Amino acid sequence: MKKKIVGILLTAAVAAGTLAGCGSRNPSGSQTSGSVDPDSGEGAVINIYSFNDELRNRITAVYPEIAETSEDGTTSTLIDGTVINWIINPNQDGVYQNKLDEALLAQGSAAADSKVDIFAAEVDYVVKYTDADTNVALPLTDLGIDPNTDLADQFDFTKSVSCDQNGVQRATTWQACPGVLVYRRDIAKEVFGTDDPAEIGEKTKDWAVMKETAEELKEHGYYTFASYADTFRTYSNNVAEAWVAPGTTTIKVDQKILDWVADSKEWLDAGYFDPAVKGQWNSDWYSAMGSGSKVFAFLFPAWGIDTQMVPNWKGEAGSWAVTNAPLTYNWGGTYVLAAEGTDNPAHVKEILLALTADADNLTMISKTYADFTNAKTVMQNAAADDEFASDFLGGQNPYAYFTPSADNLKLAPLSAYDQGCVELIQNAFGDYLQGEIDYDRAKSNFEVAIVERYPEITEIQWPQ
Amino acid sequence: MRPKRKKIDYSKWGYIFILPFFVSFFIFSLIPLADTIRYSFYEYYRSGIKEIGPNFVGMKNFASLLQSDMLRYGANTVLLWIIGFIPQIVIALLLASWFVDVRLKIRGQQFFKVVIYLPNLIMASAFAMLFFTLFSNKGPINSILLSAGITDSPIDFMGTALGTRSLIGVMNFLMWFGNTTIMLMAAIMGISPDIFEASEIDGCNSMQRFYRITLPLIRPILTYTLITSIIGGLQMFDVPQILTNGQGSPDRTSMTLIMFLNSHLKSNNYGMAGALSVYLFIVSGILCFFVYRITNDNDPDGSRAAARKNKKAGRR
Repeated sequence: MKKKIVGILLTAAVAAGTLAGCGSRNPSGSQTSGSVDPDSGEGAVINIYSFNDELRNRITAVYPEIAETSEDGTTSTLIDGTVINWIINPNQDGVYQNKLDEALLAQGSAAADSKVDIFAAEVDYVVKYTDADTNVALPLTDLGIDPNTDLADQFDFTKSVSCDQNGVQRATTWQACPGVLVYRRDIAKEVFGTDDPAEIGEKTKDWAVMKETAEELKEHGYYTFASYADTFRTYSNNVAEAWVAPGTTTIKVDQKILDWVADSKEWLDAGYFDPAVKGQWNSDWYSAMGSGSKVFAFLFPAWGIDTQMVPNWKGEAGSWAVTNAPLTYNWGGTYVLAAEGTDNPAHVKEILLALTADADNLTMISKTYADFTNAKTVMQNAAADDEFASDFLGGQNPYAYFTPSADNLKLAPLSAYDQGCVELIQNAFGDYLQGEIDYDRAKSNFEVAIVERYPEITEIQWPQ
Repeated sequence: MRPKRKKIDYSKWGYIFILPFFVSFFIFSLIPLADTIRYSFYEYYRSGIKEIGPNFVGMKNFASLLQSDMLRYGANTVLLWIIGFIPQIVIALLLASWFVDVRLKIRGQQFFKVVIYLPNLIMASAFAMLFFTLFSNKGPINSILLSAGITDSPIDFMGTALGTRSLIGVMNFLMWFGNTTIMLMAAIMGISPDIFEASEIDGCNSMQRFYRITLPLIRPILTYTLITSIIGGLQMFDVPQILTNGQGSPDRTSMTLIMFLNSHLKSNNYGMAGALSVYLFIVSGILCFFVYRITNDNDPDGSRAAARKNKKAGRR
């Protein structure tokens, strides 16, 4: 009998041991405050945290001090011998943010060479890092960058996104992300008899006209958009209030989001979306960008064309064109922040300025990477300059549509909870749109999921 | 005067040799285990980059977990485990008894053993990714079905609870039946051939041989398989996590307990995740206890319970 008990205990202990592996503890970090003195000696290592190689490619392209970059892309060496470590973790499932948070929390006690110096943040969660109370990002003025003069040419909405609650700018970006509508020329010719962006633009100028266009496309056997998630940003970017107002723990779901649900249901039932594509970032969605697809258009900012459509399109070059979307909207954008406690303030300042404030560099980025860069005058010139024409778009200059869209852009009020809210509401209502669950069930699934993600949320309010 | 010690004691070497295991178990398993239990009584999570807690909250985490859908995810987990386990044990038993049957003389045994074991060598996440691609709406399976004229529109395998759960079951089955087969083969080969011979002389047919001789005699290994499978099943997460992108979609019907735990860890909610781990600990403890009792005490011949009974009867 004794042996049996011991046996059970041992088995249970082993089981528990393996289960417990998931609940490891993290050291609580402390924050140091007080800004660095730009005149003090520079550290030997610059650590740059980012979620893909986009930032590395652009910095190595524009920062003249970089002598060489290792073949695997993990380090670069500057002319003066300083080493840059590129620390890249994927955005999915919050991996990047977890790693970055660990590093930032340990910033105070970390050795000078392992301190974070520069990090990237997407617009969906940049608010989390520009917060004045947590103070993990240096105000630009502490680095010696004056936003009013040095960054005068940047689009205003990118600057207001970069500010903390007191209006102090703590981030900067080289790109703005006004969205346009990207459509297939061959389908346009077949259905509407023309592929001229101006004429197609008339057919996509607002949602009412868009619906008639969709009906026309459907009669010819085409889908207007790939999935209900494609239109999400045009709604979510035009909400009146942030998901969570500053200082509160209540999620307010905007009426615009529920409009998206209702409209998407209507469109999906009407057959304007490809029913086989569920959401974005999956293989079905990517194959909808391929030549065998029946999807007419995608709603994308500049980065979407370059990083998503170009690699997935296997047909002839020049088969796509851009025109105006039914609504102006912004989707995404990588913001660059200097970490509080950096030991390389002079280098950090140079890098930020070279990347986000130098007109020549930004022109070069636009030409090389097809980014819509964050410089009003450069973009105005680009809109009229045929050198910016794209082969992928059949010789069309997309900036002619990006630039006016950016001028009208107002960014929706942001909160630190945006990424989770956007992701989870699409998941919850995705099940509803596919007819798996009813509307109220989708609502309660969202409520459950969001509290799991953000335990501090106390209440979820739905519009009346 | 002290007597001179004559006996040479080597036992300290034994202790020294097992020390590394106990030290690493203590550091990497026992301390985190104790911490997990401790934090289950605390409010301890991260809001943005601000750390909240740890504040002692008593049983609050446990209570709010009971009010949540935890039991539903528990049921999901068990269901997903059963879907995978039943075909796994049936096929494994069948294959094992075929492979060791001398009279069948299966050729290329080694080859088949390797092949059925192969799926286990693939990482579960890679396997799930493969299935995700194969069975996606525009994936190869749907292309084949469409071009063969079996369906008119692509079948949305992962859009229904039945489809997703079946896929997860099939994957778990494919990954583990080879492993189980090889274990059961070892068990069957451990049975003395005399018994099989004797049964044949007595005129047993193969069914009787299987049910009367093989099954009862490999019971300890079957128990072991069952226990490890239950513990593995309770911790099931990689396959459904990858297949459903961590959402347990549709409608959280393939959300397992560990996926639920993971979604708490996204906000570094150590308190809530700790409480959930404690529940899992208790459940696995109880399950282990029951399985031990069932398989050890009801054995009609040779079990300890039977032996005890005999002893008692003998004493009287």
